[in-house]
Amino acid sequence: MSDLPLIQADRAVPPPAATTPSGGRRRRLRLLSRTDRVVITLMVLVPLLLVTGFVWLPAAATVLLSGTNWDGIGPLNEIEFVGARNYSDVVNIYPPFVPAIQHNLLWLAVLFLVASPFGMFLAVLLDKELRGSRFYQTALYLPVVLSLALIGFVWQLLYSRDQGLINAVFGSNVDWYGDSNVNIWAVMVASGWRHVGYIMLLYLAGLKGVDPSLREAAAVDGASESKTFFRVVFPVMRPINIIVLVVTVIESLRAFDLVWVVNKGRNGLELISALVTQNVVGEASRIGFGSALATIMLVVSLVFIAIYLATVMRENRQ
Amino acid sequence: MSSATASRRTEGGVEAPARRKLTPARLLLHGFLIAVALTWLFPIAWAVLTSLRSYEYTAANGYVSFGGWTIDNYVTAWQTAEFGKHFLNSVYITVPAVLLTLFLASCVAFVIARFSWKLNLVLLGVFTAANLLPQQALLIPLFRLFTEVPLPEFMSDSELLYDSYWGLILINVAFQCGFCVFVLSNYMKALPRDLYEAAMVDGASIWRQYWQVTMPLCRPALAALATLEVTWIYNEFFWATVLMRTGDKFPVTSSLNNLRGEFFTDNNLVSAGSVLVAIPTLVIFFMLQRHFVRGLTLGASKG
Repeated sequence: MSDLPLIQADRAVPPPAATTPSGGRRRRLRLLSRTDRVVITLMVLVPLLLVTGFVWLPAAATVLLSGTNWDGIGPLNEIEFVGARNYSDVVNIYPPFVPAIQHNLLWLAVLFLVASPFGMFLAVLLDKELRGSRFYQTALYLPVVLSLALIGFVWQLLYSRDQGLINAVFGSNVDWYGDSNVNIWAVMVASGWRHVGYIMLLYLAGLKGVDPSLREAAAVDGASESKTFFRVVFPVMRPINIIVLVVTVIESLRAFDLVWVVNKGRNGLELISALVTQNVVGEASRIGFGSALATIMLVVSLVFIAIYLATVMRENRQ
Repeated sequence: MSSATASRRTEGGVEAPARRKLTPARLLLHGFLIAVALTWLFPIAWAVLTSLRSYEYTAANGYVSFGGWTIDNYVTAWQTAEFGKHFLNSVYITVPAVLLTLFLASCVAFVIARFSWKLNLVLLGVFTAANLLPQQALLIPLFRLFTEVPLPEFMSDSELLYDSYWGLILINVAFQCGFCVFVLSNYMKALPRDLYEAAMVDGASIWRQYWQVTMPLCRPALAALATLEVTWIYNEFFWATVLMRTGDKFPVTSSLNNLRGEFFTDNNLVSAGSVLVAIPTLVIFFMLQRHFVRGLTLGASKG
């Protein structure tokens, strides 16, 4: 049985009728009994408290702490505000900061410019009526079910200097995970391996949602297949494109597991996420640095989350 | 492409062999796709292969060789890394976390979908965005919070939220709720509204509308989400790494990192351990692939 018709079935469901006429809200509230109102409040409040308490308040606290000299251990009432000092310290006297920023940007560039387009390309190929399409798809998104930590171990079997397959086949003697000149590329290959399948999946769903009459019209006009894709199909998939962009940015910002299992984000594998973690649970606990770094992550991610929400909510309203 | 509509029928069913000719272009396409697919499968296949060979044999003959087949690596890995215990830990965390996530998320999603209040959009945003924040950015205050909140001893021998299953369950639920709220509220909004009108006429309370009208209709979405969430929470690495201390209590994905020390120079053992850890997700993937894929594309949002 194929999965694709099911996705289409979901998309085929018409959106619900527009919201109730004005004044409907008050009428509906009056229709609710007191028990109903209590139940509704609880249904929203309990999850809301959980998300606020464990996600939003800590996020706000991170921003606040980045302006203080708190050491992470002392009582909270001894906190002093130091303004932007943590930020200037991070930039000026924290050697791993610049490499970490570079690595995060490199990560983003590789995922965005290589892995995502390749995933899209495969989706376009697999969207044709092909024999064995199911096998190709399964092979490509199999890595998506594996954790990135596990992927670090799986690729070690290829990368290891003494026991790895790559060195054995090519007679080289490179420590792919250990050499700080190459290890960032090695982990990015492993990360891209997983990313491609995921992006392919998103675009396959997106392509199924494209109105076939658009393509037929383009074919009647004599447009070539690639021209049809770039001029007609790709622009129509704008929401998916934006979602893929955001997913890619957030993935590269969150990249952590892979470098942490390799060497805890040191020696060529510095990433912002790993630096934050090192500053909290590592030997050198510097909360100020950590919070300033974490705030940078938060700000970047919130910009893209806002783009994402604007996109999906507009989609939903249509 | 012109046969697209006609051939839809045959999808998943019997192929119609006479209709498609293997043109050179198509042959090239298949060749390319087979090459890519095999490349993609290779790392996993290699791990399985390595795990089935004895260390002595590969040490003497190199990995590019044939022979030395054994299952001893699995036995050794299972015993040394105490996989039995860690798998159980993963179950203790994953099962309650997934059930709680689906329950709480469906409650919020129901209210968002059932009523058209202005605040619903804000609520949806608050939940969805929470799922996309980088976890590391919350670590510092959460770490402090977890080491401050006491738990009674019968709940956790650390007597804190830190280093307890409860803490991990709660943080996973808080993080994953957003994704499920997003998917479920969309799904519920597509249900016909007459259902509620009819239920109201019958005098059904809000709770009964949620539990007996909406939830049974959401089974496909819930199945897809359950499959995805089991995989994600089982695969979760970061929170368990930083919010747990006792080695014995680590779930299996995070215990991987300790495994490196124990297996340090034996890649065959590392591969056996990796395959063992991958088995639950691979079983889920092959048995419930339809749900898995569907969950991902329903939301199209998970970072």
